Amino acid sequence: MDLILQGIAQALHLLWSLDREVLAITLLSLEVSGAATAISVVIGISLGTAIALAPFWGKQLVVSVVNTGMGLPPVVVGLFVSILLWRSGPLGFLGILYTPAAIVIAQSIIATPIVMGITIGAMQNLPPNLRLQILALGATRWQMVWWLVKEARLPLMAGVMAGFGGVISEVGASIMVGGNVKGYTRVLTTATVMETGRGNFDIAIALSVILLALCLSVNYLLTMVQQRDRPR
Amino acid sequence: MRHLESRGFKWVSLVALWAAAAVPVAKAAEKPAKTVLLATTTSTQDSGLLDLLVPMFEKETGYLVKTISVGSGQAMAMGKRGEADVLLVHSPSEEKQVVAEGFAIDRRLVMHNDFILVGPPGDPARIKGSKTAQEAFQKIAVAKARFLSRGDNSGTNAKEKGLWRAAGLNPEGQAWYQQTGLGMGDTLNVASEKGGYTLTDRGTFLALGRSGRRLNLAVLLEGEPHLLNIYHVMEVNPAKWPKVNAAGARAFSDFMVAKKTQDAIGRFGVERFGSPLFTPDAGKDPSSLGI
Repeated sequence: MDLILQGIAQALHLLWSLDREVLAITLLSLEVSGAATAISVVIGISLGTAIALAPFWGKQLVVSVVNTGMGLPPVVVGLFVSILLWRSGPLGFLGILYTPAAIVIAQSIIATPIVMGITIGAMQNLPPNLRLQILALGATRWQMVWWLVKEARLPLMAGVMAGFGGVISEVGASIMVGGNVKGYTRVLTTATVMETGRGNFDIAIALSVILLALCLSVNYLLTMVQQRDRPR
Repeated sequence: MRHLESRGFKWVSLVALWAAAAVPVAKAAEKPAKTVLLATTTSTQDSGLLDLLVPMFEKETGYLVKTISVGSGQAMAMGKRGEADVLLVHSPSEEKQVVAEGFAIDRRLVMHNDFILVGPPGDPARIKGSKTAQEAFQKIAVAKARFLSRGDNSGTNAKEKGLWRAAGLNPEGQAWYQQTGLGMGDTLNVASEKGGYTLTDRGTFLALGRSGRRLNLAVLLEGEPHLLNIYHVMEVNPAKWPKVNAAGARAFSDFMVAKKTQDAIGRFGVERFGSPLFTPDAGKDPSSLGI
């Protein structure tokens, strides 16, 4: 127990003293996972809305594939992405293996189905006559879509938080495609694994505490956006 | 708040999102000629040696070194696929094979440290006082004492398997022989928790013993000639894999055997542990080390 308390104390100390390496690692985690979440939100909400609202043959199959994608194991994604990005792989010419870009790509692949799946559920949950009502008020098709998205913003924001949570906390893909290179692709999760392996449990716990604090802050902000202008 | 719904605002925010996402990608566009991919073992990373040497190299040469720290087996597999530029590993028999197959060139001796056999302080298999590692392993097998193996084709794992073979034993599949598939630090933690024996390099054992938690393990066998842990550096053969950074690999290889680096290796660990963790060996005749 005092190991955990020591870790918390160490975390506060590292943050307070603005330890450069820890700050860099934290910032990189935020950048990489933030970028991946942004990408997944853009693709997930647009494609998810399209899938939810448009009737087409094979819709059930597509939706079940997306839902399966929500449970995609991150380490499997990491393995396949790294195979693609190897020098000898099909995308090797890009030379982005072991760079932050590779982690962003892998994390986007992990987060997009999560956001998409929740979007589909959220949009399909809207009252079926709402569409007609909005159209009856003289909206164009695009305006209708926009208003539907706004109407579903509560569960959609939950989807964004789920996507962010999924990638800020994952480690398998980040290690495989990022390589945990010091000062370059080392993020909070990969650094925690490394410090544990080295036996530096106090540092590992400190990093975990920082990661949790980061998640809490980001999700607090997102929740505030989600819950604004709700009747108290 | 009308402006928030205008088309212009939506497009600008979408573009801003994409731009934000592109920042890490743009930052990653470093010049490949300046990057050296070093595939190495977990022991060189976990002991902290590379944290000392890599910045030295980067400062001297201006290369950016990406240290991918996996087991020797995986490091050499990466080399054979051309996914690394230079290898720093400690699995001599497999290294010789990789060179013989033409995937690596210029294999040079860098340094050594030693392996030690650690186990529960109570020593249920009574291996303390054994003359050789083989003798100790035989006692463990007879006593069916719990033994933790890394089971990950690392240099340490290869050494351990070689010792079992030399003792004429095959512990695979036995209930007391447990494979973690993890790095040395993690395996030591498991051995400490479960009261088992394991083979470890001295550097990682010392480094772990000094951290917040005391390991519940005692050194039971050391100093035996078969327990030498020898590191070589070798470059991935550019003739087989033209995309490797041959110049960078060469520079790193030269750096590892250079006098200044060797001196730094020889001093590493003295401050923290009282004795150096590695013995520099560049230029020495390999047979003087008994390999």
